[in-house]
Amino acid sequence: MMMNMVQAINSALANEMEADDSVMVLGEDVGTVGGVFRVTDGLLGRFGADRVIDTPLAESLIAGMATGMAMAGLRPVAEMQFMGFSYLAMSMIISHTARMRNRSRGTYTVPMVLRMPYGAGVKALEHHSESTEAMYVQVPGLKVVVPSTPREAKGLLISSIRDPDPVVFLEPTRSYRLFKEEVEDGPFTIPLGEARTVQEGDDVTVVGWGAMMPLVQEAVEAAEGDGTSCEIIDLRTLSPMDSDAVVRSVQRTGRVVIVQEAPMTCGVAAELMARINKKAFLSLEAPPERVTAPDITVPLPKGEKYYYISPDRIYDAIVRTVSF
Amino acid sequence: MWAFRELAGLLWRGLPLDRYYLGWMGNEEGNRYDPGLRITPPAIPVASQYAYAVGLAYASRYRKEEAVTVAFTGDGGTSEGDFHESLNAAGVFKLPIVFVVQNNQWAISVPRSRQTASETIAQKAVAYGIRGIQVDGNDILAMYAASKEAVEVARSGGGPTLIEAYTYRLGDHTTSDDARRYRLTAEAKKWEARDPLVRTMKLLYARGVLDDKGTETIWEEARQAVEDAVSAAESAPPPSLEDVFQYTFEDLPPSLAEQLDALRGERQ
Ligand SMILES: Cc1ncc(C[n+]2csc(CCOP(=O)(O)OP(=O)(O)O)c2C)c(N)n1
Ligand SMILES: [Mg+2]
Repeated sequence: MMMNMVQAINSALANEMEADDSVMVLGEDVGTVGGVFRVTDGLLGRFGADRVIDTPLAESLIAGMATGMAMAGLRPVAEMQFMGFSYLAMSMIISHTARMRNRSRGTYTVPMVLRMPYGAGVKALEHHSESTEAMYVQVPGLKVVVPSTPREAKGLLISSIRDPDPVVFLEPTRSYRLFKEEVEDGPFTIPLGEARTVQEGDDVTVVGWGAMMPLVQEAVEAAEGDGTSCEIIDLRTLSPMDSDAVVRSVQRTGRVVIVQEAPMTCGVAAELMARINKKAFLSLEAPPERVTAPDITVPLPKGEKYYYISPDRIYDAIVRTVSF
Repeated sequence: MWAFRELAGLLWRGLPLDRYYLGWMGNEEGNRYDPGLRITPPAIPVASQYAYAVGLAYASRYRKEEAVTVAFTGDGGTSEGDFHESLNAAGVFKLPIVFVVQNNQWAISVPRSRQTASETIAQKAVAYGIRGIQVDGNDILAMYAASKEAVEVARSGGGPTLIEAYTYRLGDHTTSDDARRYRLTAEAKKWEARDPLVRTMKLLYARGVLDDKGTETIWEEARQAVEDAVSAAESAPPPSLEDVFQYTFEDLPPSLAEQLDALRGERQ
């Protein structure tokens, strides 16, 4: 069926709840109203209030409650209404969710998913445009997944739900209803920890994830108009990071541009560049480039254009790299 | 210390209406208040400002100022950890602070009954050893009396008060919300007659202070004020590239200055 990302995520949740009665959904407004983005629409009616839980307004509680449920053998899928509000739950996530397996020597595990919409470019108010994925990537014991298309979102979410460890699942708000694509009605999985080569090319490798992918695509089309052959990689799992896929590509192309919505310093792009430098050093024909936001608070909509990456900036970085 | 629903209080304090609109239009300049107004900027993460309210109140007492800190949140906000940590600490330090909860029965789609099993929000004060009072939040005079008393108690060293303003959210949560999905329109209808503006008007009519002509004038003035404020906010200049960097630190560190420079040369 043709689905947008909201529908695809909803379909993944419905499939998994259908198949396994230990899968449940909890969060603010996820029940009656089906979530502020309608991602959990219809689940309350189908699976009942015991499994689709409208919680009090308390993020640390939501993360903690899901952690406890998971320790007891359930498979909770908890929602943070926006990534910017997950900060209220970070103590719980870092101190317990991520460490329970290690602390208990594997006696307790936390097979839960923490879904959250992330990212700017949606003209939202403060705290609704965050893309601080690197903070989660820094936490040992957490997996971090960022889908870029409806089908990817469904396959990756089902894998995340079935995964034995906690997964932070970042949904690009900007892409929620951006486009539709064909998505299987039934369950299917896309493995975590494997990057996706979106298209093959010879001159330069362009890497991105989540909401950046449509912009990457646009920039690459322009570069190809100039005769530059681009390989596009969607990293899609930030932890564990499939840097080897990128390294293999750069060993062929010799050039790389990494596109990261988040601020520059200590971001995922920096880690990826370090690994490329280590493993593909002798193949490099130009310094690895990154296109990122500056190290500032996400501006409100009137100033967002200075912060949010444009296809033009990606295109210019490709040209700089190729003509180095 | 407003959350995001306290326009009346801000106007009473003297905030120009166009600043308020400017903020909601997505321009940080809307949050540049005259420091003399003593208004903190909006706090969107629900109830989070309660914790720094405790710090502001502590500082004003330390400096032997007259100031009383007044912090607002909603019924949903009472579920957050910061709410409880702050009421508790304010009680421990016996601070000059008034916590006002606008209990409008809903937190987006979640009813008050889903936030707490307590019969009232005001009763939570008991557990923290502070004063608590439930007020008809749609009765302007009752709110005035309760607030005045709470401020006087705070100012004279009597410690914090929690005021539960019992009210109702008549509209949708935001323009992207549709309240018909989770509550009966009849419920909202019932509350329309209790709208504090309607009730205050009735009172003023009954006392002979206001008549149809006066009401007409007030409406006309309000319409004009809103129109003027909207056009003033709409014609405010958008921020510059420098503006979005400028308030990160007192001085721009070299690495940030370099990023700013690089962006100057790039297409946006
Ligand atoms: C920490 C946090 N979580 C979630 C949100 C999203 N959100 C915005 S308003 C709101 C409901 C607030 O309800 P309440 O406190 O009752 O205030 P009301 O809007 O009813 O005045 C939610 C969940 C938020 N702003 N902050
Ligand atoms: Mg409310």
